[in-house]
Amino acid sequence: MNARTLDPAHHLIENEPYYEAVGEEIQLFEAAYRQQIPVLLKGPTGCGKTRFMEHMAWRLKRPLITVSCHDDLTASDLVGRYLVKGGETVWVDGPLTRAVRCGGICYLDEIVEARKDTMVVIHPLADDRRTLPMEKLGQTVEAPPEFCLAISYNPGYQSVLKDLKQSTRQRFVALEFDYPSATLERRIVATESGVSEAVADNLVRFAQMTRNLKGSGLEEGASTRLLVHAGKLISDGVSPVTACKAAVAQAVTDDPDMLKAIQELSSSIF
Amino acid sequence: MALVPLTAADMEKNLHVWLETEFTYFKVEELAAELTLLARDEQDFILNWIRRIASTHITLAWQFGRRAPALLPRMERRLLEAWAIHTCDVFDRTGLQNALRIMEQVDSFDEAQHQHDAAGALFEDIAPILGNFVCGLSGRRLKLEEGDAAWTDGERIVLPPLIATLPDLDDNFQLAKITVALLWAQTRFGSLRIDHAAIAASYADPERALNRLYALEILRLSAHIARELPGLHRQMQRLRSQLDPALPASWQPYEVTLSTREATLDDSLALLAAAYEDADCPQWSDQGCLRPEAIAAARAARLDIEKARLRIKLAELLDEHQANQAEAPEAPDTPPELNVEPRDENGQLDFDITLDDAPIAPPDGVKQLLTSVYLDFGEIPPDYLTPAGDGEYDPNRVFDQPEDTDSVWQGTYHEKGAELYPEWDHGRQHYRKNWCVMREKPVTPVYDDFYRDTLGKHAGLVRHLRKKFEALRDENRLEKRQTQGDEIDLDALIEALADARDGSEMSDRLFMRTHRAERNIAVAFLVDMSGSTKGWINEAEREALILLCEALELLGDRYAIYGFSGTTRKRCELFRIKTFDDRYDDEVKARISGIRPQEYTRMGFALRHMTKLLNKVEAKTRVLVTLSDGRPDDYFDVYRGVYGVEDTRMALMEASRTGIHPFCITLDREARDYLPHMYGAARYIILDDVRQLPVKVTDIYRRITT
Repeated sequence: MNARTLDPAHHLIENEPYYEAVGEEIQLFEAAYRQQIPVLLKGPTGCGKTRFMEHMAWRLKRPLITVSCHDDLTASDLVGRYLVKGGETVWVDGPLTRAVRCGGICYLDEIVEARKDTMVVIHPLADDRRTLPMEKLGQTVEAPPEFCLAISYNPGYQSVLKDLKQSTRQRFVALEFDYPSATLERRIVATESGVSEAVADNLVRFAQMTRNLKGSGLEEGASTRLLVHAGKLISDGVSPVTACKAAVAQAVTDDPDMLKAIQELSSSIF
Repeated sequence: MALVPLTAADMEKNLHVWLETEFTYFKVEELAAELTLLARDEQDFILNWIRRIASTHITLAWQFGRRAPALLPRMERRLLEAWAIHTCDVFDRTGLQNALRIMEQVDSFDEAQHQHDAAGALFEDIAPILGNFVCGLSGRRLKLEEGDAAWTDGERIVLPPLIATLPDLDDNFQLAKITVALLWAQTRFGSLRIDHAAIAASYADPERALNRLYALEILRLSAHIARELPGLHRQMQRLRSQLDPALPASWQPYEVTLSTREATLDDSLALLAAAYEDADCPQWSDQGCLRPEAIAAARAARLDIEKARLRIKLAELLDEHQANQAEAPEAPDTPPELNVEPRDENGQLDFDITLDDAPIAPPDGVKQLLTSVYLDFGEIPPDYLTPAGDGEYDPNRVFDQPEDTDSVWQGTYHEKGAELYPEWDHGRQHYRKNWCVMREKPVTPVYDDFYRDTLGKHAGLVRHLRKKFEALRDENRLEKRQTQGDEIDLDALIEALADARDGSEMSDRLFMRTHRAERNIAVAFLVDMSGSTKGWINEAEREALILLCEALELLGDRYAIYGFSGTTRKRCELFRIKTFDDRYDDEVKARISGIRPQEYTRMGFALRHMTKLLNKVEAKTRVLVTLSDGRPDDYFDVYRGVYGVEDTRMALMEASRTGIHPFCITLDREARDYLPHMYGAARYIILDDVRQLPVKVTDIYRRITT
């Protein structure tokens, strides 16, 4: 079996990615896109930020280039670098440059994790200049009107080290994401994982219990994504309690007492 | 091969010493004679515990010895141990009389009742799990506490020390969990909203009436649990079918009525008259018990204060809301209308707050208050929703105020507002629970020339330190010949190309990468402020701290400085000189200058508290540096000697177990031989010349963090 290799710069999302709007985020994003304003997505992990981006890329019919930022991500990783090929040096564009060149949507996930020097290349792209300076090539690429920059970050971390600087955040239109309401979340879990409404209802109730624990031993409650995982396991025949343990409890904590407590919560519901 | 039992003579020798028979005249010969009948490992078990308890109190140890041989055949060793430790804890907390009473209680120990104790769920084992469990359920946050029986007052859930009704540990845990859920449900579904005493008073036999009301409520709450927590309900049915008789036929109609979704406390009250006449009254092994006085007391204390809190919070919310509106409309004639709509659906409580029909988002604190009020009334009474007027309440009375650490001492010793820490009792080989009463106090800053003088005195050294520490700072380092990197390493490329021409293998290490050696260190300094540091040592400590701060500021490491001292376990004091969040400013400098020798050197609590503080700081490496002048010591207390050394050793071990690197700097001319043992888990250095301290400390710090 051969996996399909996709060129993100020319690949358009064909099927509509499932997304339930919580508020007016779709209209807002479209307006910002038309007005060429970059977008900042805020919200806890697993609440649908990435899925929202896929959905918007599909809606706007633009290629989506996603970069998951990590603490070793440098400006060159985004812009591009020289490589050696057969005794010659060859310039290779980074994902950000490719997105700019093809007029796609570049989505930098968890931007605060990247090294500080990446901000330098983002800033001129994120204001009205909309240019990408490429120092090593001595060139500056101007972004076409179709290009869009989106970044995401999770304000829940609350660490001084991982905060977005004002000079960065004030360049973006911010969309706030949170866990959807119980009714909506139930629908999402049921649609995504294929479990019955009743099971989805219990999963959501279980998630709310873990969210009650936030701050008293848990850093974050169970996200919608985890519920979908658990739901998928359940619809594949795994018993609900086992699925919750594997997909939710083990994912949110390592603390043995907390694990047992979450286990007890799920076994109380199912 | 079994060991040969000890002879009476062998044991007497030790017992004489442990029980100090020269003064106490205990008849150890009888005890020894009794012990000779036992197997060697039983003898060892009992003797070991006699020795350990004797280090706490000799009479207790003697009483233990008198009873233990008879208990051993019918009591699990695990429980015997728990009993011994519990007795010592009671002695620690409330003295000899109560401890002896606990000792005696064991005589009434009934084997039949306790046949499953070995599989029992101990409170301390299940509390962390069930505490979180209850936290995850909705409603008011309930605390889990240990007590004499299972009951609740609407703010806490109390469980007995041991739940051992069933022969299986897992089932006992399930039983405890079901009990907790039923007690939680009483708060969540409004069983506690009434005045039990008033209702009971209208019946000839109040006791009987309350029992029946409680049973009716259990029926209603069980039905709630069946809907909310079906999994738990299945367990409940399984255990009830094992343990409890079936519901009497006359009660079955009640169950039907109370199992509907709409049933409330009023329905139970309506059925009470009939149930009162009923000869039967069902009882379940998971039901816990009703404590009307505790419920009434907690409710009375809560209602007024929460009303005040809520009204103040709403006033704040309103102010904020009005301030946010860009241009305030003309002051309206009527006050804005505040409405709260509780939503109790899907097992989750939520509130919609509207102000003149426009929704506003309530902050978390307000939501919690609303939840609590809702649980008390089943609605939000309108008078709770009038925002407090100016000066209507004194916020100092309504909200918990931080305790003034000094005012606590004006009067008898009490432990209000203090943090309690355990202490390792070497003799008992067990912790003394909540033994040290610890308070954090600020150091009074002294604004003098100390800082300037110190820098002047050590001017050369400061320059030297600066140079050394600057070299340690986050510098970007270029790593050459990497397989990946931002730029091409030309030297490597040329070499590789030459190699390729040559026909040899071409290296793929052709790139350069800037590597940032990130210093991610948090360090806490714990300075001995005991009386023995008076004079030279104190001055050297202060100078060392100034130099250290200068150096640390260069490095950008996060650091905190605390001093410790104390007199007896009731008065352990930790002096704040610089917290992790404080900046190194004039006030911190003045506080360093203001460090004065205080009282004694009790060290365990200080290490434990610093461990806790350090673990709250986000850092890759955590270092705890202590600066002291040697032996732990306290006023007329066992702390002097082995006990203190062992407690300090234990506290250092606890710290390193959590991933902290402890490092101890000791000023000691005699370099006593207990130091290596005491510092077991920590690295340490002994300085014999006080004057070296300022120079050395910074140097040591540089070495341990690079």
